[in-house]
Order: sequence, then C-alpha cells, then structure tokens
Amino acid sequence: MPGKVFAVVVAIITLVIAYCVIAHVWWMPVDVSVHGPKIDHQIEETLFGAGILFIAGQLVLASFAFLYGDSKGARKMKAFPGGAKSLIVFACVVVGVEILVLSFVGSKAWASVYFTPPDPDSLRVDVQAGQFAFYFRYPGPDGKFGPLHPELINETTQNYFGLDPEHDADAKDDIVTAGLAIPVNKPVLLTLHSKDMGHSFDVRELRIQQDFVPGIVIPIHFTANQTGKFEIVCTQLCGLGHYNMKAYLEVMSQADYDNWLKQQAAMQ
Amino acid sequence: MHDMSAHAAAHHAPPSGFIRKYVFSVDHKVIGIQYTTLSLVAAFIGMALSWVMRIHLGWPAASIPFLGTLSPNGAPGGVPTPEYYLSLMTMHGTIMAFFVLTAAPMAGYGNFMLPIQVGAADMAFPRLNMASFWVTFVGFVLACATFIIPDGPPISGWTAYAPLSAVGQVAGPGQGRGQDLWVLSIALFCVASLLGALNFIVTTIDLRTKGMTLSRLPLSTWAWFINAWVSLLAFAVLLPTGLLLLLDRVGGTSFFIPGGLVVNDKLLPHSGGSPLLFQHLFWFFGHPEVYIIILPAFGIVAHLMPTFTRKPLVGGWKVITFAMIAIGSLSFLVWGHHMFVSGMSPSMAMVFSVPTLIITIPSVIGVLVFAFSLYGANIRFTTPMLFCLGFISLFISGGIGGFFLAQPAVDSYLHATSFVVGHFHFTMGLSAIFATFAGFYYWFPKMWGRMMNETLGKVHFWLSFVLVYCVFMTMHLMGLTGAVRRYSSYVADFMVPQIPTNRFMTVAALLLGATQFIFLYNAIWSRFKGPKAADNPWGATTLEWDTTSPPPFDNFGGRQMTIHHGPMEYDADASVMQTSPAKSIAGT
Amino acid sequence: MSESELTMSTGHEVLMEASPYRIEKKKLGMWIFIVSDACTFATFLFGYGYMRVGSQNWGTPFDFPTILNGIIMTFVLLSSSLTMLAAVRATQAGQKPSANKWLGLTITLGTVFAILHLREWFKMFGEGWGLFSNPTGGAVQFGACFFSVTGLHLAHVISGVIALLIITRGYNRGRYDTSHVETAGLYWHFVDLVWMFVFPMMYLMNAR
Repeated sequence: MPGKVFAVVVAIITLVIAYCVIAHVWWMPVDVSVHGPKIDHQIEETLFGAGILFIAGQLVLASFAFLYGDSKGARKMKAFPGGAKSLIVFACVVVGVEILVLSFVGSKAWASVYFTPPDPDSLRVDVQAGQFAFYFRYPGPDGKFGPLHPELINETTQNYFGLDPEHDADAKDDIVTAGLAIPVNKPVLLTLHSKDMGHSFDVRELRIQQDFVPGIVIPIHFTANQTGKFEIVCTQLCGLGHYNMKAYLEVMSQADYDNWLKQQAAMQ
Repeated sequence: MHDMSAHAAAHHAPPSGFIRKYVFSVDHKVIGIQYTTLSLVAAFIGMALSWVMRIHLGWPAASIPFLGTLSPNGAPGGVPTPEYYLSLMTMHGTIMAFFVLTAAPMAGYGNFMLPIQVGAADMAFPRLNMASFWVTFVGFVLACATFIIPDGPPISGWTAYAPLSAVGQVAGPGQGRGQDLWVLSIALFCVASLLGALNFIVTTIDLRTKGMTLSRLPLSTWAWFINAWVSLLAFAVLLPTGLLLLLDRVGGTSFFIPGGLVVNDKLLPHSGGSPLLFQHLFWFFGHPEVYIIILPAFGIVAHLMPTFTRKPLVGGWKVITFAMIAIGSLSFLVWGHHMFVSGMSPSMAMVFSVPTLIITIPSVIGVLVFAFSLYGANIRFTTPMLFCLGFISLFISGGIGGFFLAQPAVDSYLHATSFVVGHFHFTMGLSAIFATFAGFYYWFPKMWGRMMNETLGKVHFWLSFVLVYCVFMTMHLMGLTGAVRRYSSYVADFMVPQIPTNRFMTVAALLLGATQFIFLYNAIWSRFKGPKAADNPWGATTLEWDTTSPPPFDNFGGRQMTIHHGPMEYDADASVMQTSPAKSIAGT
Repeated sequence: MSESELTMSTGHEVLMEASPYRIEKKKLGMWIFIVSDACTFATFLFGYGYMRVGSQNWGTPFDFPTILNGIIMTFVLLSSSLTMLAAVRATQAGQKPSANKWLGLTITLGTVFAILHLREWFKMFGEGWGLFSNPTGGAVQFGACFFSVTGLHLAHVISGVIALLIITRGYNRGRYDTSHVETAGLYWHFVDLVWMFVFPMMYLMNAR
C-alpha cells in the first residue's frame, strides 16, 4: 500500500512539474539580442533531453514502487535481467551521447558570445560597478576614454569614475550617465570594471551575464535587435545593498539615441 | 594469539566516570553520537535561520516575533535589515553545509558504524578521533559566536568571495570580527575533517577482521572510505585558502585584493592580488565538498536498500563502488563550472564543462542501480526505506538541473538565479538529508537500543517529501525567469510580481520546518521510552547487526568475528549474516 | 622485527589476517597525513605561481652570495635526512646508543636549519621585506608568498624537531619503539622533500 501511494505521489509531482515547464508557467523573458536565440535554443534542447530523462526516471521509480511491494511470499523474487550491464550501457551511451551533443552544440552558443570578436564599429561604453550602483561612460566625440584615477573618485562631486578632465585631454568629453542607452541593431562593446567588490552585469532579455572582477577590465559585446527598457541587475553578492543594485538599459532608435546622448553631454 | 578481552582490558578498558564515558570519550560510538547530536542541533539552528529568511522574503516589512529582542541591531523592531538577512544567509549555508551535511552522515554515522562494520574494536586512532570531535565542537561554537558579537556574522555568503570577505571592516557590517571568527571556525573544521579522514582510511585498511576482504565490505563502509580520501584532499586545500584569506584580512597581504579599490570612500592600500585566485582555490575544495556530502548518502542508501528489498543491489558491490570511486575522482576536475561567468578565460569554460557533464555518467549509473534494484523485489516500506525511495526521487530531480548548469551557454543565463539554489538544495540538501534520515531511523535501534515510532516516522516522511518539492521545485522553476538569488528583498521590477509565489514557498517551508519537530519528538521520546530493540530488528546481515543493541564497549563482547560472506546475502525472507558459515545465497 | 609482528603490535584491533594492504597503523596514518599536507603546500605553491605569473616587477632579493645561506640550509636539511635514516637503521638493529647519536644529530641539524632560516628572515625584515612590503617597489605579493610558504615549512621543521625530542626521550624510556622512530623518520623525510620544492621555487626562482 505505501508503495502504491508513493508511486501516485511521485507521478503527480512529475506531471505537475512537466506541466509547469511545458506550459511556460515560469519562463524566460523575451529575447532582444542577436546571439540570444542560440542560448534559448540550447536551453530548450536541454529541457527536452533532460526532461525526458527526468520523467522517465521518476516514472520508473514510481512503477517499481507500485509493483514490487512485499507480497509476503506470494510473488517470487526476480533479478533484473542482465544485471547491471544494460544500466551501465544505457548510462554511458545515452547519457554520453546527450552530453556530447549538448557540449558540441552548446559550444557554438558560448562561442557566439565569447569567441567572436567585437565589431570594429561597435559603440563602446565603459561600465563601472560599485557598491551599490552602476555607472556608464561614453567616450564622447574624440572616441577615447580618459584614464581612471581611483583616488579621485568622489560621490559628492559625482566624479564616479575618478576622471581628471583638467589634466587628461581624453577625459574632457567623456559622458557619464546613470543609465545605459544604446541604439537598436548596433553592435555594442562594454568594458566592465569594478570600483570595489565583485559585481555582475545581468540583463535577462539580452541573455548576458558577466561578473565584474576587481583588478580586471572585462569586455563583453552584443547587439540588441528590439527597442525597449530592460533592467540591469547585479547578480554577484557585493554587500548589503546588493538587492537594490540596478540600472536600466534602454534600446532606442538611432535618432532617439543621438538626442539622448546630446542631452547627457549637456548635463556633464 | 590475541585474546580479545585481554586486549580490550590492556589497551582499552571501559572508562568510568561521567566525563570519561560521555564527554571526553575515546569510544568511537560515543563520538559518533556526539557528532550526530551536534549535527541535529546545528540543523535546527540552520533551519531556524532559513525560516527568518523566508518570512522576510515573503513579507519584507513584517516584524518577526522574538527577532527584535534577539537581535536589536540586526532586526530593529523585528524587521531584518539587508545586512542581517545576508548574515543569516551566510550562516545558514555555513552551518548546514559543514556542521550538518558534512558532519552527520560521515562523522556521525561513520564514526559509530565503520569500526563495527569492519569488525574492529574501535577506530585506528581513538584519541585523535576524540580530538576531531572537540575541534569540530569548538569550530561550531565559533560559528555560533558570530551571532553574539556586536558586529554580527559575516555577510559574504558561505562562499566568502574576495574582495568582500578579504578587505575587512571597511566593507561594512559583519565584515570585521565576524568574518575573522568565521575563517577560524572553518579552519578548525578543516583540521577536524582531515584528522577524521585519516582515521577512517587507516581503520578501513588496517583494522578489518578476519575474512573481511575489500570485496566483502558493506557499501556504507566503502562510501565512507572513498569519501575519506576525497575529504583528505579537499579539506587540505580549504585550510590554506582560509589561512591566505586571514592573512589578507589581518596580515596586510594582498593575495586576493587588487590595487585601486575604493571602498566606503577609502582607497585601499592593497595591490596586485586576484579575486579569481580565491575562487579557484575555494572551488577546488568547494566542488569536491558537495560530493563529500553526497557520497555517504549514496553509501547509506546502498547499505539500507538490500535490507528492505530483500535482494542484493543490481551489479553487486562492484558497480556502485566503482561509480562512487569515479564520482570522487572526477569531482576534482570540475570546479571551474562555478566560474563560467566569473571572468575566468572562456576557453577554460569548455575545459570544465566536459568533465562536469561526464561526471553525470557514474551518478546516473548510481541512480539506475538504486532504482532497478527495486525490480522484482519484495519491498518492505519501512520508514528508512521510504526515505531511501525519497532520496532516489530527489536526487533525480536535483541531478537533472545539473545538465543545465554544466553548460556554459545555459549557465550564463541561469547563474546566480534561484535555479541554482533549487539545484543544490535538491542534490546536497534534500537528497543527503533524506538519506541521513533513512540512516537515522535504520541505525537508531542499534545506537540506542530502542525502536523509533513507525507511524510518526511515516508522517515525517510523507509531509517532508511533498513539502520539499513545494519549496524547492518552485524555486527551480522560478529560476527560469531569471529570478536572482541572494537578494534580501525583491525590489527588482520583474521580481516584485513573484512575491506571492515566494509566499507560497515560505508557507511550505515553515510547514516543512514544523514537520521536523515530529521527527525530533519521535527521536527524543523513543530514546527514553521506545520499545526495546532486538539485536537485528530489520533482518540485516552486516556486522553491526551481529551484536547487541547498543553494542558492548568493545563492540563484540570479546567474540572473534570471522567473515564468510559479502553484505548482500538476501532472498525474500531469508538472509545470511556476514559471519555465518552457512552457504551463500546470492553468491556474493 | 618481522612484518607480521609489526602488524600485530599495532594496538587493540581484533585478530587479523596478514594481507597485502596491511601497513603498520602509525606508518599508514603518517602517509595519509603526508598526502594531505602535500596538498596544503601545493595550494600555497599554486597561489604563489598564480601571483607570480600575474604580477610585474616580482622581487628578487637573492643573489650570490646571499643565496649561499639557502644553499647551506639545503645541505643541512639533506644531511639531517641522512642522519635520520641512520637513526632508523640503528633502532631497527636495536642499537640504542647509536640510535641516540643519530637522533641527536638530526635534531641538531634541524635546529641549525631553523636558526639559519630565522636569521635570514630577520635580515630581510631589516632590508624592508615584509608580508606586504617590497623595498624595491615591485609586487608586494613577493613577501606574502615567500614568508607564508617558508613560514609554513619552518613551522613543520620546528614541530618535527619537537616531535623528535619527544620520541627520543620516549624511546630511551622504553615507551616508544622502532615503529615510532620510523614514523617520525617518514615525517622528517617529507619535510625535507617539501624543502626540495620550496628552495627552487621560492629562492632560486627569485634570485637575480
């Protein structure tokens, strides 16, 4: 009796989970990046393959619990035919093949983010993460970023990056903003650096997540193919304000972006 | 010719006096009980921390009863501050991972059972064993002490990433003395684990009784033995990592802290260090650690199931043992899968992804052996068996999540979401705990000479099984939305609408917590009032069931234990003890 | 002492069969400890390698003749391993006075090593080298790595000397026997072996 109850409970749990996944009760937000479909495809493939194994495993467990309760001598014991051999073969072959396929195809998705060089015409934006805000820096008309001086960082005077426009010519026209705006369908190259702790740049809709590592400048590039306003959230524990550390990514038409940048430049 | 009782008298006379018998005892059985009790206390503390966390996540503005009095700084008016939440989270992880999951199934049951299962009178080094426990105890006290110092426990997570954990007080509340105490606590735990591993290995190799060849070792002993090797190598790396962290914190060094950091408006004097170095060193320990947690669980389930299915495991002792050896060895090659988006070279990501996926194979073999050992059996659905079945289901669920996280491209979306939290709770939390419960109900009669109440045990099982799915599978699925972990409140636009689901998880978690009190009541009541246990109430075959419940001081009352069989001689209602000269049933 | 007698004298275990896996308990325990300790040293050395590769202007405080001290230390420690070997052989042959002589020599050599080590440390402190200071203005990690690694090794040498003192005393009082001396010898050889990694990596690689 308990075996049959166990089987039913496991079966119900399995079906509920399968339903939640197939019906996308909780699902990824719309993807707005050029490389995103590869990642989404990978996730879906994995859900399919792993999902089958999940359902099969749980239902096999459930059916054995259902069928093989203590019969008090009424039923003879049976050894599993072939012993462990078929199980080992199954694990090695089926799981092995699944692993190979996922790795091989998945490496392409990974490569599309990390192994394709950025477009030479990319819009470059420097991103700084610090406890507990993101700041962004555009190079301005000269196309160059001024050098950073950490000892000059001053929140009160809003010198978040530690720029020295008086002595560094390249820093004079740098535009510092609290939000990230980019034109749609234009390659963007971000350079991530941290002011203090480990942080992370995560935009779900872009399918981009990259840690900031103090001491290193990390490049990440993408192209957004839909306009909209998307949340940038910090996903690497950085202190008490971690939960509240966020900014917005706005993907705009080229014209809107140009206007926005002009306004930001005027506010420097 | 060694006469057992003379031996016992000469080297190991039974102690007298309360302190020598129950406090500073070198008897592995007492030490095993001490570890198990410590873990039980730690488990309830760890759970209580999670209740506060979950209530706060569901109702961020709510004042939690008693919390304001317990912690006026951390939770003024009973409402946890963000840093308090993070400190609860840090200590929840630390206490559960180390003092519950690493301690109970390995040090707790292993210490009690391993010497008996190999036929020895005690561990190879009993005094070292006693030292191990008391060092663990001091480590636990230090961890708890972080709650009563003015600045509170650290907030950097059980993973304590640098620079947050390394720069010291300047990083904010909890990062001063609290983090120092935490490092010391972990360092002591490392030392104790290393000594314990040493003892397990030498005992298994050297102290096996006559006829106890390696092929006849019970599978739980195999698991503890393999696990001891993994522990030895892994904790030997965590210890220096903690020392380096401590040097950065108090010695002014810059192993993990680069230059140019501005924290709280101060430019730090450090330079040249690497936060990634910390991650490499930590995870080189950290990944084997999760296998250190699960291997004894595998061993417990492998040991218990034949008793209740009345047949050997599919593949005998070899398949599951080699699977465990494969898992233990491969576990050292995969640590980088925690670092896919960490800034580590993207090429390394593929290097780590492949062994991470390969380690699935022996794990799947293990699960298949367990599941298919039910085929054609006559299963007795006792409480320990139900928990074993629950283990199989939970491990399948948790393991499936591994397929996702092992792939860098997928992990780039799922990293740091509640998918990961669901995944590791299923694998190292719930499965290991269910196996631990199975072991508790199974070995309780042997350890205390009384039976636990079966009805209460079954209630404990059913409620726990359904509720853990409610809490942690929901968490898994919510991770698909990109829900971020380690947030003390949900203020992100896309997470605010998820608060109602969080409330559902909170209610389920609180009910799950309440259910554990049924277990606690059962354990304590049965300890004193439970029906007396026979020597072998489950009809099992291994050496621990070949002696009284509880065993006498020297484990076998001076008897010479000679082994004739492997541990899985079962058939329907028949079974053959390992020491029985009768003919083998299953030919194992 | 025969192998099986050694096996039987391990303590309070039940009657056992001789088996290929049977190694005397203390010795096996020491081997296991050595494995874990090797991992600990390896972790430090890995951290050192990582830092060195990633840093500019690493410190190079050693030169001829300052490297001579390290060379002498190496010679001293290697000799102490030889004397330890002789001590073990003497205990195995039951020759107490000879064993005492060799044990005493080992302890002396170990102490000399420690003294030379500390002398050099204090000289370096005087020059401005520290856990987080590099007087040449180069990477401060040099001091952190150098002093922590050599410090850990020195701690092992000093504990080894203390252990040898305790064992020599116990051996003379009949409490300890050959197996104890052998086990201590194993530890001592390990400490020497670690030095054969530490010296090239921390001294020779950082010489001008």
